[in-house]
Amino acid sequence: MTTPGTPPPTQATPGVGVAVENVTKRFGAVQALSGVTLAFRPGQVTALMGENGAGKSTLLKILTGDHQPTEGRVLLAGAPVSFASPHDARRAGIRIIPQEPEIIPHVSVAENVYAGSLPRTTGRRLDRAELRRRITSDLARLGFEKVIDPDQLGSELTPAQRQLVEILRALTGDAKIIAFDEPTSSLAENEAEALFALIDRLRAQGIAIIYVSHRMKEIFRLADRIAVLRDGSSAGVLDATETTESEVVRMMVGRDLSSFFVRQDVARDDVVLELDGVTTDDVTDISLRIRAGEVVALAGLMGAGRSELGLALAGDRPLRSGRIALNGRPLRLRGPKDAIRAGIGLAPEERKAQALFLHRSIRDNTSLVSLERLRRMRFVRRGRERAAAQDFSDRLRVRTPSIEHEVRKLSGGNQQKVVLARWLLRRPKVLILDEPTRGIDIGARAEIYRIIADLARDGVALLVISSELPEVLGLADRIVVMQGGRVTGELGRAEATEEAILHLAMADDLAPLDPARAAARPRTDSAPGGPR
Amino acid sequence: MTTATTSPAETEQAPPGARKRSPLAALGGQNLSLIGALVVVLGLFGALNENYLSLSNLQVIAEAATITGLLAVVQTVVIICGGLDISVGSQVGVASVVSAMVFTGTGSSAFVGVLAAVGAGVLVGVLNGLVIVYGRVNPTIATLAGLAAYKGLAQLLSDGRAQGYVLNDPVFVFLGRGKIAGLPVMVWILIVVAIAVHVMLGYTDIGRNLYAIGGNDTAARLAGININKYLVAVYALIGVVAAVAGILLTARTGSGQPVSGSEGLELKAITAAALGGCALKGGKGGVGGTLLAVALLGALENGLTVEGINTFWQNVAQGVLLVAAVVIQQRRNGERAVGLPH
Repeated sequence: MTTPGTPPPTQATPGVGVAVENVTKRFGAVQALSGVTLAFRPGQVTALMGENGAGKSTLLKILTGDHQPTEGRVLLAGAPVSFASPHDARRAGIRIIPQEPEIIPHVSVAENVYAGSLPRTTGRRLDRAELRRRITSDLARLGFEKVIDPDQLGSELTPAQRQLVEILRALTGDAKIIAFDEPTSSLAENEAEALFALIDRLRAQGIAIIYVSHRMKEIFRLADRIAVLRDGSSAGVLDATETTESEVVRMMVGRDLSSFFVRQDVARDDVVLELDGVTTDDVTDISLRIRAGEVVALAGLMGAGRSELGLALAGDRPLRSGRIALNGRPLRLRGPKDAIRAGIGLAPEERKAQALFLHRSIRDNTSLVSLERLRRMRFVRRGRERAAAQDFSDRLRVRTPSIEHEVRKLSGGNQQKVVLARWLLRRPKVLILDEPTRGIDIGARAEIYRIIADLARDGVALLVISSELPEVLGLADRIVVMQGGRVTGELGRAEATEEAILHLAMADDLAPLDPARAAARPRTDSAPGGPR
Repeated sequence: MTTATTSPAETEQAPPGARKRSPLAALGGQNLSLIGALVVVLGLFGALNENYLSLSNLQVIAEAATITGLLAVVQTVVIICGGLDISVGSQVGVASVVSAMVFTGTGSSAFVGVLAAVGAGVLVGVLNGLVIVYGRVNPTIATLAGLAAYKGLAQLLSDGRAQGYVLNDPVFVFLGRGKIAGLPVMVWILIVVAIAVHVMLGYTDIGRNLYAIGGNDTAARLAGININKYLVAVYALIGVVAAVAGILLTARTGSGQPVSGSEGLELKAITAAALGGCALKGGKGGVGGTLLAVALLGALENGLTVEGINTFWQNVAQGVLLVAAVVIQQRRNGERAVGLPH
């Protein structure tokens, strides 16, 4: 294991390849990367690993010119470069295969691949013969003649074929470095194997490959080296042949968060929330119970259906079958309003997109779900509203000069506290917190853990959805693990370890994958209300 | 790690701007620039023509701006919740024709005529809302269709001609020509509607929910707001107010007008709302700014007429103003100039 900073990447990368040297990136108050030095060498697959929020995406974006580093520099073939835009990076030979391929639906595969640089005749008409020649030779070179038909329309492609189009795009021109961002998340196993074979071929051609994934099996199948990021810093680089899964996990988690968690046992005997065989479009047969004052964590990988379950409990996704009961009484949720009235609150995963009104004041954002109690006739009682918002803003220590400030001016942690204040004012019986500390600095995080502990002491039943294992272990009385829309196991506090959780979260990865389920990926969100 | 030793004390800076707000700042930069522009327009035309600032001409401006003002006020509401209605002008035409024809058909009952016009307005508005929410049609497209269809409807009903004569009825005469405390009744109606909408937006939970829907519809939905119900109700409100405008048009001209007098009102209403500070994406705006913009547009239009400038230029000026208002808005939002705007 090497420590950050050594060896200097300039020496490690003669010839082509890309490196970052002491790169720091700040977004306002948030430090996304601090002093990262990493080299990606030609002819090697370097896996980039880290928990959510460790800085992997930011690093990729700096390499591809989407972001400029606040400090430090990017070295290409040993020489410092500065990319003003993704276009610059592309010209320099750096390509990224995005997680969600961008496909133009109504044109052919060939035109999709060459979009933006279509060959044309002297009359500025599309040169179809030349286009066909190019795409056929591309497909032959990569061995994909049988996998994809260049005349197929974008809308007809399978997830794997869509990925392939992105790869073909990346390989046009002179690609030297290719980054894959969780490429297998939408692929069935046989498709993934084809992708791995392609990556092997690219490596043999001397291309430097950056491979971002959470899946250990793939990492050890592909990678030469494993670079681990933690909290925006490089935690070290491992040789894939000399390390083990558990060493990688230890490095990813590393820090000791336990000092932030308030250990208490305040769960009472009365069951508040009870799910019985709950099935929606995204989750199947979920049964679980949460008692008053109990903190249940919902663990699992991204796309396991945890957020979708949270939305279903908040009344935003219809139940296909099963039963939800609150304090023993069955609930029929026709919409979020029913859930809120019954006493279920949800602080959703994407606080800016799903919870906050960025151009409105802290006061407005706090009072919104409690206006029923703050009005006379239909008039909002401003004095009471202001007092209530001020009270919760103080209790949660929202850093702001005034509750009349627009929420967009607050930091992520304070924005999250405003979302929590909204629910605290409403006094729910059940509160669902989806990734409550994502993108929040460590200080605000500790405060949010304290708020969760206070809520539990007040007898609120808490369901915390989190992808951060130390947080799950530190907060929860009980941990329920999901994968592929189902519960794969439940762990008590005593038996819970990171390894045990990861094992349950990736249970399917170890067993043969069901291609039908991989193909039928959950669709996201079709919002009712005004189309725009 | 180093963070283990530091206490979880917040290190970030409090956002700046905690100063006491002066009354001038409370008015808002947008409104100040509108007042400035209005002063410039009044001053300019006042200097060019001595009659421009006379009491009688100012009254002409106010009366001419009333119908636009009514539509601009409700346009503000629909824009705040993220929608748009470009069929308002045609709705005015339908209401105008219906009020006059029912009045004539029922043996000169102004009450029934007014009631029928308002009923027609509700129907048309609810239809717009239903098509948008349940037909999943983009509001611009849905009301563009309405713009054509309702205009056609008004023409079919009236055979394309002005219908009836209402100025033998005291109610219509009062609405069109009457005065209360020196101000035309029409202007009073605008004032009442504007205050009602202002109170609704600023002081009730309904207003909060409308801003929420336009500001972030996903968050509004998860906060338990019945978005569909609100949108249909807003379009119905537009129908009602457009009907009132149609009745006033009938009262002013003396007969039901299918097209003349109502054509192009949608452009004026939307321009006023945009100039008045409504974000066309929704979530922002208010009645005050819109009314100032209505006054500005009215003063400008009247000034150009008084100066004998070709009315075709007035259309050009309006188009330019609308685009300019939106460009300024987008600049302030820091929109990146890539592809189609959202």
